[in-house]
Amino acid sequence: MNRLLAPLLTLVLMISAAGAEAQLTIEISQGSDNPAAIAVVPFAWHGAGVVPAEIAAIIDGDLARSGQFAPIARANMLGNPTTEAEVFYRDWRALSAEYLLIGQVSTEPDTLQVDYELFDVVRQTKVLTGSESGPVSDARMLAHRVSDAVYEKLTGVRGAFATKLLYISVDRVPGSSDHSRLTMSDSDGARPVVLLDTREPLLTPAWSPDGKDIAYVSFETGRPAIYRQQIASGRREQLTNFSGLNSSPAWSPDGKTMAMVLSKDGNADIYLMDLATKKLTQLTRHYAIDTEPAWMPDGRSLLFTSDRGGKPQIYRFDLSSGKTDRVTYEGTYNARARVSEDGRSVVMVHQANGRFHIAVLDLVTNRMQVLTSTDLDESPSIAPNGSMVLYATKFQDRSILAAVAVDGEAKFMLPASKGDVREPAWSPYLPR
Amino acid sequence: MKHFTIASKAMALLFSAALLVACAGSDTKEEDEAAAAAAAAAASASAAQAAQAAQGAAVSAEMVALEEAAASAGTVFYFEYDSASLTPEALDALNANIALLLRNTANVRLEGHTDERGTREYNLALGEGRANSVRDYMVASGISGSRIETISYGEERPVAYGTGEVNWSENRRVELKPQ
Repeated sequence: MNRLLAPLLTLVLMISAAGAEAQLTIEISQGSDNPAAIAVVPFAWHGAGVVPAEIAAIIDGDLARSGQFAPIARANMLGNPTTEAEVFYRDWRALSAEYLLIGQVSTEPDTLQVDYELFDVVRQTKVLTGSESGPVSDARMLAHRVSDAVYEKLTGVRGAFATKLLYISVDRVPGSSDHSRLTMSDSDGARPVVLLDTREPLLTPAWSPDGKDIAYVSFETGRPAIYRQQIASGRREQLTNFSGLNSSPAWSPDGKTMAMVLSKDGNADIYLMDLATKKLTQLTRHYAIDTEPAWMPDGRSLLFTSDRGGKPQIYRFDLSSGKTDRVTYEGTYNARARVSEDGRSVVMVHQANGRFHIAVLDLVTNRMQVLTSTDLDESPSIAPNGSMVLYATKFQDRSILAAVAVDGEAKFMLPASKGDVREPAWSPYLPR
Repeated sequence: MKHFTIASKAMALLFSAALLVACAGSDTKEEDEAAAAAAAAAASASAAQAAQAAQGAAVSAEMVALEEAAASAGTVFYFEYDSASLTPEALDALNANIALLLRNTANVRLEGHTDERGTREYNLALGEGRANSVRDYMVASGISGSRIETISYGEERPVAYGTGEVNWSENRRVELKPQ
């Protein structure tokens, strides 16, 4: 057994600048009822050559996707102020702008600096001043950090734009096995990087809580196995190689334990693996299917899917008492729970009237709200700030990613330029 | 019909052995007896050989029949939605394959699959449940579990792309494959 669990460390050479990779695009399909009008003026560029990224446009896109802001079109702007002295509130009141963001971009060798100022047009005051700096290659991330700061200032909720997405993109190969790629991109789908490329199925990408490692299920050896991979180095470790299922990896909030699904003892049950010692603890023992573990943020209990009642429903396993309680009762199929950081909202796949939607259950009020109106929706993943849910759905016979605000109002789609995309996993907040 | 050909060859062999005895010319009684004994021995050896050949022919005839039955029943067993129970149709097809496997020593791989409805990880477990249902029935029917390997692909390897029951029913399956 030790030999089977021995770390299989390989350098993954498949990391590539994604030339041939399917690029996600953004299509906003529905905004919220009462978004705040904000003018994001193009930032001044004080460097040599071409600006490495159009900072204002990236911020504009971030705020628009949230559904909580309605950016004002540049063509309508009456001026392009880049310093406080150039701001004339009446120009922005005329456009019914509630907020105004201006800024400047400058360079040191290899370093980019973004300085910005946010104004409340109605009150005619400056409400935020800030700056972000980092490597030129990270220009897009600097813009997302400005978006985060603006979003937090105006909504009171931490922004989640400077985060990453993992997803599986699949090219169907007629008459042969599909081509699966584990891909990582920015939260707006930009800068896709292929982390793993295989002709065998890939499933369930998951983030470590510090955002430095990922885990996933790969069939690359001909059988399913759970792998852990360091993003920066590409170093990989095969964590499991048991007979039967090896699936559904889920990191504990403290990063020390991984919940997983194994069937080595008969059928699908939930296990915990101590990542330092590789020691296994079996949590559930039931002849029914127990799968899709998801940790509650306090690390004291896990949600999981089980068909022990006849149909798949969400249950909760309490680690200290070892007791299992049923969580969902509404609907004929509730599965693959993911919990918000505050531990209050559980998003899941929910079947009602024969169709599969994404729903959110409020654990305090016990109210279930269906968030989506498309069919065959699956794999919900919640943003670290709890504002948006990313999921996979079918659109014109292809799998695409889509997002919906947790209040159900704002929606956008992220179709890929080609192929199918599925199983999105939104990263936690990332270290700077 | 291959088995008739083999059986008739055996019959011809027996007949020619008897003919040999009848036609053997003889000068003395001893010679006659010796010749008769030799002929009898030859005839009995031939008969034994022929009987063996006939039995072999019958066995291969039976195997051919079993192979044909299994081939016509097919090696893909279909399931109802969100179920790992064997349907009557799946049992018929499975029984035909089991009858053959009971007579040979082949190892097999059972691949469980689901349709696209429901979550991927749940479907991975459901596909395994389907493969296990087939395996358990095979073992209960007398096939050694050591000859059977199971794997689930869940919904990851559809044979029919697209939505709707026509496609879904094709994808809810266990495929029996020779190892």
